[in-house]
Amino acid sequence: MIEMRLVSKRCGIINPLSIDDYQKADGYETFRKALARDKIKLIEEIEKSALRGRGGAGFPVHLKIMGLAKETGPVKYVICNADEGEPGNFKDRYLMENDPHAIIEGMLITAYMASATKGFIYIRGEYNHAYNTLEWAIAEARRLKLLGDAILDTEFSFDIELRSGGGSYVCGEEFALIESIEGKPGRTRVKPPFPTQKGLYGLPTLINNVETFATIPLIIKMGGKAYARIGTKSSTGTKLISLSGNVNEKGVFEIPFGVTIRQVIEELGHGVANGRKLKMVQLGGACGPIIPEYMLDMMIDFERFEEFESKTGAGAIIVIDDRFDIFDILMNVVGFFEHESCGKCTPCREGHQQLRIILQKFIDKTAGVKDLVSLESLARVMHQTSLCGLGQTSPTAIISTLRYFRDDYIDRMDSLIL
Amino acid sequence: MVNLRINNRELAVAEGSTILEAARTNNIKIPTLCHYPDLGIQSDCRICVVEIEGQKGLATSCSTIVRDGMVVKTNSPRVLNARKTITELILANHDANCTACPKNLSCELQSLANKLGIDENRFQSVLTLSPLDEGNPALIRNPNRCIKCGRCVDVCKNIQGVGVLELMGRSHHLKIVPAFDHCLSDLFCTYCGQCAAVCPVGAITEKDDTDIVWRALNHHDKHVIVQVAPAIRVSLAEEANMNPGTVCTGKIVTALKLLGFDQVFDTDFTADLTIIEEGNELIHRLTSGGVLPMMTSCCPGWINFAEQHYPEILPHISSCKSPQQMFGALAKTYYAEKMGLEPANVFVVSIMPCTAKKYEAGRKEMRANEDLPDVDVVLTTRELGKMLRQMGIDFANLAETPFDDPFGITTGAAAIFGASGGVMEAALRTVYEVVNGEPLTNLDFTDVRGLDGVKETVVKLAEKPYRFAVANNLKNARLMAEAVKAGTSPYAFIEVMCCPGGCIGGGGQPYGTITKTRLDRIKATYQVDAAMPIRKSHENPAIAKLYQEYLDRPLGEQSHNLLHTHYHARRGKPNN
Amino acid sequence: MSLESILSKFTKAETNLLEILLQYQETKTDHAITEAEVGQIAAYLGVTETKVASVISFYTLLSMKPKGRYVIQVCKNIPCFVNEQTAITRTLEKILGIHAGETTANNLFTLEYTSCLGCCDNAPAMRIDGKIYANLTPDKVKAIISEYRGRSS
Repeated sequence: MIEMRLVSKRCGIINPLSIDDYQKADGYETFRKALARDKIKLIEEIEKSALRGRGGAGFPVHLKIMGLAKETGPVKYVICNADEGEPGNFKDRYLMENDPHAIIEGMLITAYMASATKGFIYIRGEYNHAYNTLEWAIAEARRLKLLGDAILDTEFSFDIELRSGGGSYVCGEEFALIESIEGKPGRTRVKPPFPTQKGLYGLPTLINNVETFATIPLIIKMGGKAYARIGTKSSTGTKLISLSGNVNEKGVFEIPFGVTIRQVIEELGHGVANGRKLKMVQLGGACGPIIPEYMLDMMIDFERFEEFESKTGAGAIIVIDDRFDIFDILMNVVGFFEHESCGKCTPCREGHQQLRIILQKFIDKTAGVKDLVSLESLARVMHQTSLCGLGQTSPTAIISTLRYFRDDYIDRMDSLIL
Repeated sequence: MVNLRINNRELAVAEGSTILEAARTNNIKIPTLCHYPDLGIQSDCRICVVEIEGQKGLATSCSTIVRDGMVVKTNSPRVLNARKTITELILANHDANCTACPKNLSCELQSLANKLGIDENRFQSVLTLSPLDEGNPALIRNPNRCIKCGRCVDVCKNIQGVGVLELMGRSHHLKIVPAFDHCLSDLFCTYCGQCAAVCPVGAITEKDDTDIVWRALNHHDKHVIVQVAPAIRVSLAEEANMNPGTVCTGKIVTALKLLGFDQVFDTDFTADLTIIEEGNELIHRLTSGGVLPMMTSCCPGWINFAEQHYPEILPHISSCKSPQQMFGALAKTYYAEKMGLEPANVFVVSIMPCTAKKYEAGRKEMRANEDLPDVDVVLTTRELGKMLRQMGIDFANLAETPFDDPFGITTGAAAIFGASGGVMEAALRTVYEVVNGEPLTNLDFTDVRGLDGVKETVVKLAEKPYRFAVANNLKNARLMAEAVKAGTSPYAFIEVMCCPGGCIGGGGQPYGTITKTRLDRIKATYQVDAAMPIRKSHENPAIAKLYQEYLDRPLGEQSHNLLHTHYHARRGKPNN
Repeated sequence: MSLESILSKFTKAETNLLEILLQYQETKTDHAITEAEVGQIAAYLGVTETKVASVISFYTLLSMKPKGRYVIQVCKNIPCFVNEQTAITRTLEKILGIHAGETTANNLFTLEYTSCLGCCDNAPAMRIDGKIYANLTPDKVKAIISEYRGRSS
């Protein structure tokens, strides 16, 4: 069995609405113990674990925590990014709905390590059930004095406020999310300064993904070194995978890094549904690369994903069978980003509709060599010059198909030109 | 200092500089589009991208701070391709009918496309035409030309503190519009025109009234006269590519005569008159327990702002009409009588640095004769520049001509109306001498000069010290208004000018106005003042004659009828 | 709940704007905020109407255009798209007699697309006023719609 349920071990086992269940399963135990420990020592455990952010970009988590810890000032924020808008990702929803206290405990430990005073969980507006579950969990935690002033009668005070998104994918970007919590349209800010220096309301702010927070109690409990032994050298620990598309068994699975994509599809997903043939797999979500069957032996690993320069690391695997061709998928992906672009920077605002216009020419079989060149050039310029992650990663599907499915483009060009 | 390499040149630049600043100080040109020196960094257009060694994507030079050892390439093939692609994207969603655009040849997008050598666009046009917003007398918004750079939003919201325009929607549906896609006239726009002044393309421009003026000039029955605002003489030269701060008073008169105006007058004359009326109003309020602090009324953008945002403080605003409107009222009464002309046949044109003056001239209160506006047409500095080009006038080489009588004799006090603090200084020169009965030893109230947001001075009147303040731009006007509203304002008299730097930085001034330009124009303004034989309004002999012949006395019945007005609380569309 | 009573739950801070809008719109059967309400919210927070309108215009869950009593949001992202979502949309369009983005003549239903609902493991999925319906088939969709129709009669 390639599954290794550590972060998700309580999911589906305990009653998510019962804080007693959580505590009986050792919940909040780690936090209670952490309160007696030295903050720097705790951060060192995270450093030893080599934990990287689970939202997709894979930034070393201890650097963020250290960054926030170093900032002085009476108010510092910890934000849980639960704006899981990337199509094909549902592992954060799974955690929030099945083990909400693990996220709260992770935020508590992080806040304690970095001496933060206030927390927010920003949940996308589409996730009503996750919102209600967390709302209940927070109330329960407050009731047991695990949140609020003088937590467990120590000097540590921390509380969490829930915020709902308004239906905007780009709010998953950290500054867009901060703007949204501030009540504004979710358009990113110019960096630097980074959030740990000047974030929410201009104050030091740390933002992590749901899964990252849920992993922190685990690491503190088992020790950074032990955690780092799981997975691969560049990617330690386990990862939640959202498996969807045309597979027999869809769902959230937890695996150690280093497992291959083929293993996930075949052993956990029981292969392509209805006995069809696999045409392609999109990794990470709409912003991720589309790869052909022959690349499925690729390991799930940040280092391996980095060559795609997208947020592949969020852990979505979308299996697409041979009823679909790449243009079906690309038009869908481009349409999605065209809708979600915040409109602030030129390449992203104007680029998507031009990508769509050129792709349509391939669908209509009227595309020429010039169109192929324009498509490639535009996709790269958008990737290189867009202001935030949305426009930087949205062309990944096109860039990757131009590489791995080039023949599919050639087949769709005007026959008179070829 | 930070050491870095740009295009193989070793440079040392100040810490905290951006790559763009580092490049510009070393004469390395990086093209920009959304960037505007006095505004915040938007980093929206992505034109100024450069390549930084060791960094994957391209970085915008406007927002990236230099680091020691940085290696930057500003013109690599990758960079040039990116800039070209982005510009093509913009052009594919832009009404690029350049010859039919008021910004033709002064458009930053056009010039960028030209610099980048764009001769064809790989991308299909995706422009869908939207209706224009032209339901007001001052400004026209043409959304089909908007490139979403955000400059207008920044200047309206962050410099002026008004916030009529915002980014609405997202993706390529993004628009820069007032709430609910309404017209500017439906909301609380002050028509200050700062948006038009910073727009890189022709998406917001002043309403072009030059045709009406041409028609009047060619109309045999019309006696067409023109007044020239104080701020024009230090800025119009820029329309002829001369340096900012070139004083060109005499050339303006010559040029206007060449255009065919029957008489060319100076708004400075009625600026002096304003000081007499407003100074007396202040003295009256100070001595009779009137509403204080008193606030100035020359600036129509400020009046619009106060009427819409602070109706509670309207009694604080001087009842004096602005110099433009005092001129108009006299032109259609005193002057018409004197010349034996029918008021309806006197056509009054104003040359103003201002777009809000177009709105002011249309106000119903601004009519000495019913159904006859005192000022028929207001042209901005830029529109006059256009007329000069249309007539092929070689402005730089024109001879100088003095203004015509009877509205030609003016003082240094009037000349400084164009700079923030000028009205205050002019008023103090007069009020001090009138109240204290002694001559001022130093006419220069330097405390109230310059570009600071709020400026203050203390002057003793009849042994008692009073505080005077100047608010420079609407954001600072709001601070003043809030204090006045709350009853906590410590001042006796407050000058408010809505545009940054005063009228010399007005929304109708030549394009490209930045802090340096403002300072140059201000310097020239005080040079004009210093060179005048008379520098105090109450010593203007022509003003004395006007009272003698026509107005009788300051604040008298005749001046009440012609030179004073009242204000209305209102929301959006004028309700008068 | 009236707008006044929702406003009274919040301090007059600009940062509450999005929360106010989301909570208030929740109470409205036409799922939309009017110009007058924008004005009221702007006045309460001391911000411009333009600012409030810009926030509404940015978020897809907020609207100034009135919608039907029930808003049906169909997910069309890749995991649903490759799992027969188009058949679901076709079915909905047929039984409602409208296209995506439109409202039925009786103002009962508005049909629109939504971004990913995170139900990719139970694709295809849709949401009606916050309630998720997953593993949809054309028959299931028909049953759901008739249930809603029954509810309102």
